[in-house]
Amino acid sequence: MREPEISPDGAVRVGVYICHCGTNIAGTIDVRAVTEYAATLPHVVVARDYKYMCSDPGQTLIQQDIRDHHLTRIIVASCSPLLHEHTFRAATAGGGLNPYHFQMVNIREHASWVHEDRQAATEKAKDLVRAAVFRVYFHEPLERREVPINPDVLVVGGGIAGIHAALTLAGARKHVYLVEREPSIGGHMAKFDKTFPTLDCAACILTPKMTAVRTNPHITLWTYSEVVGVEGYVGNFKVTVKRKPRYVIEDLCVGCAECIEACVYKAARFPDEFNLGLGKRKPIYLPFPQAVPLVAVIDPETCIEFKSGKCKKTCVEVCGERNAIDFTQEEHTETIEVGTIILATGFQVFDAKRIPYYGYGVYPNVYTALEVERLVNASGPTSGEVVLRDGRTPKSVAIVHCVGSRDENTNRYCSRVCCMYSLKLAHLIKEHTDAEVYNFYIDMRTPGKGFEEFYNRVAEEGTQLIRGKVADVYPEPGDGGRLIVQAEDTLLGKVRKIPVDMVVLAVGLEPQADAQDVRRMFNITCSTEGFFLERHPKLAPVNTFTDGIFLAGACQGPKDIPDTVAQAGSAAAEALALIDAGTVELEPNTAYVVEEACSGCKTCVPLCPYSAISFMEATQKAQINEVLCKGCGVCVAACPSGSIRQHLFQDEEIFEEIKGVLAHA
Amino acid sequence: MADPAGKPKVAFYWCASCGGCEEAVVDLAEDILKVVDAVDIAFWPVALDFKRADVEALEDGALAACFINGAIRTSEQEEMAHLLRRKSGVLVAFGSCAHLGGIPGLANLFDREAILDRVYRTAPTVDNDDGTRPQVRAETPEGRLTLPEFSDTVRTLDQTVEVDYYLPGCPPPVGLIVDAVTAILEGRLPPRGSVLAPDVALCSECPRKTTKPERLLLKELRRPHEVLMDPETCLLAQGLLCLGPATRGGCGAPCVSANMPCTGCLGPTSRVRDYGAKALSALASVVDSNDEAEIAAVMAQVADPVGTFYRYSLPASLLRRRARRHAPAGGGVSS
Repeated sequence: MREPEISPDGAVRVGVYICHCGTNIAGTIDVRAVTEYAATLPHVVVARDYKYMCSDPGQTLIQQDIRDHHLTRIIVASCSPLLHEHTFRAATAGGGLNPYHFQMVNIREHASWVHEDRQAATEKAKDLVRAAVFRVYFHEPLERREVPINPDVLVVGGGIAGIHAALTLAGARKHVYLVEREPSIGGHMAKFDKTFPTLDCAACILTPKMTAVRTNPHITLWTYSEVVGVEGYVGNFKVTVKRKPRYVIEDLCVGCAECIEACVYKAARFPDEFNLGLGKRKPIYLPFPQAVPLVAVIDPETCIEFKSGKCKKTCVEVCGERNAIDFTQEEHTETIEVGTIILATGFQVFDAKRIPYYGYGVYPNVYTALEVERLVNASGPTSGEVVLRDGRTPKSVAIVHCVGSRDENTNRYCSRVCCMYSLKLAHLIKEHTDAEVYNFYIDMRTPGKGFEEFYNRVAEEGTQLIRGKVADVYPEPGDGGRLIVQAEDTLLGKVRKIPVDMVVLAVGLEPQADAQDVRRMFNITCSTEGFFLERHPKLAPVNTFTDGIFLAGACQGPKDIPDTVAQAGSAAAEALALIDAGTVELEPNTAYVVEEACSGCKTCVPLCPYSAISFMEATQKAQINEVLCKGCGVCVAACPSGSIRQHLFQDEEIFEEIKGVLAHA
Repeated sequence: MADPAGKPKVAFYWCASCGGCEEAVVDLAEDILKVVDAVDIAFWPVALDFKRADVEALEDGALAACFINGAIRTSEQEEMAHLLRRKSGVLVAFGSCAHLGGIPGLANLFDREAILDRVYRTAPTVDNDDGTRPQVRAETPEGRLTLPEFSDTVRTLDQTVEVDYYLPGCPPPVGLIVDAVTAILEGRLPPRGSVLAPDVALCSECPRKTTKPERLLLKELRRPHEVLMDPETCLLAQGLLCLGPATRGGCGAPCVSANMPCTGCLGPTSRVRDYGAKALSALASVVDSNDEAEIAAVMAQVADPVGTFYRYSLPASLLRRRARRHAPAGGGVSS
């Protein structure tokens, strides 16, 4: 066993501090008893309790004791290390000790907050303190490492969140790579007609920002591209981006659309993705009129040249000397190096087919809210006419709230934006058609700036607001083509069956289908609903558990445009703070190979998520690059001969900790 | 400690073992003559006609060295271990069973009752209508008969008495025995408690080492009879579960040279506390899948996981034995 660091007089001298955290801990745990117990443990010289250890006097107490009692190890039993480990390490260092001669015990989240039995919680706190006392004996002095930060930033996702983050960073003259999966940036917002509660035209406020992205010299925009690999660590990420072929050379195409006009298909006949299949496009197309970049795309699934090789290629002909069309384009990858990453990958809307009794996909006159956004939009498939699939203008419309939200069978959470966008759609449908509009809601949630006022306005306009969850949608008997929406009106206490021409489902917001893959690739975590998890809901809302990776927009949870933009700005600011600091300190909890013990079995080499391990031909042994190592411990667990060790997680420390926690008094 | 002729006295003893360790001593071949020349064998029940009384007659510490093989399973073995400990200067746990519990240690998956029931009642070859069981003592007209008691749990030698050194292996490789005996005779011993073998895993001396790919991840595990084995390529690279990376070297890799995967008889390096857990952790790390069902399918290809990963070391592991659902019936050694 390794010899511990010892004090000048030759002994390990431990100080233990038990925090009351006001009544957070002291309310459930007998802090006095834990302190008295700690004093009896081996090597403990001082044991005290104090109301708030994290306060200045609390920290001073530690430093004074280090001097007065020649302490060599410090233990604070208080809250989560996530909150105050840094504080107490700094206090330990301030007292003249190595900061890693400190160990934190979490008796709040792990004991007082989760137990009610005072006796049992106190005993548990004693166990946890004992484990730390056993462990801290073996702590070694460690140094933090400082590495430079690459000032370039990757923003993943070109919706309003990614756009705003990229522009903010570019405004600070940082180079941004903006990677978007679709052929154009704009995201969901580009599909919206108006935005609540101000009824601004979505395109009018979004397209200037899209154009700004295109013209900004500090932004490299890669659309139709996806991140496929991420290596490295904060300040020094290496990212691989797959660039899909659009078969039109981006630098040569001017978006004149002549090729589309000239396509051998005289009429558009394939479902148009941007309009959710409500309109048609040709095999060569522009995603939408304000697309950025305004570059045509060829869909090889429908293009005759790709299917048979026998097309007349009128598109190439009309493009002429510009020569922008290139059927030989192939997918390729680019590798970039960035220091920070902002994930703004957005959301997908709930698939309404998952609730069969609402009839989406069965009855043609049941629409999703996003489809209706396209119908009311002047650049949409109907040029802004709200008409049914058979061309009729609806005289009555039902809008069903909470479809795929607040529902035990689908998603339990509230999607936050549906009440407001449903009110907006009620207003727009009324404005466009003068139809009778019924909004079926469970609770009306309008807790934003100007939201309640908007609700009142829509109510005053005559929209019928019915408090009741819709139970069924079914055709009206006869051939009127109408649908009956059935719900229990909980204010009247009666079941209502209302015949309407059109049903609009206010679908909720869900994590992207590939959110789990993205999570793995970027080494971050997801909440139970599958949205990316922030490091702390209040204190680090745009940080992730991986340093240098930040979140913006609905990938973190449902939110509206103002919140998304605010969060994107915040993520950009967090990235800028790192970049402007120039360097970042890395934790010293790295793994290392005990060279004389390594048998060269290579088990560890393929396992490292950070590519920090290499096999040295000369010595026939493995070696770990400590700058690349993030201390995840995968190789330590895997090394079959126990020849990889990890600072701060040495076997002695862990086994003693286990022994301590299990050694019931 | 020396006899009148000045030769140091040594003893060999066996406990719960197969006899292979005794063979290993004989396998010293002509080297055994040097040993016999250099020492006075005071006790070796397999080969020489000394009795327990002869050992009891020795002064405490009279034996310069004693080599005990086999695990501790009966009261007789326990008594002899204590007796020999008292009489010996250096006590060496000889072979896997004394070192880690060995093959007999797999009996810790059962308890005494289950074992006796199997052996004396339910095994298909048993004809025992009277349900006769061995008794610790039985009164007969001729007098009282006694037998050693069969304990509930198999223990390693160092779970019974203090052990000075360990010679690992099933059986210990001849080279390591010679080195150990020489070191004892010349008084060049490492710190007490050491395992007398290199502290680096087998791969370092494996003739196939250079053929192991740098990035080896496994999607399939195969057993030797399922593969036409290449005689030169790393066995793990061929999908065979070779425990060489987890096992102490020093044997010269005879099994691997003979186209058989290492089964781990020399046990872990000094840095590993639980051989089976470590080997399992290493294997689990190189399964090439992120899909739970697929991972389970790969791991299911390990026939008899305990017998594979803890083949030689169950009693020495952190688990030691299968948990008992009830207290052992009377007099059993509890662990």
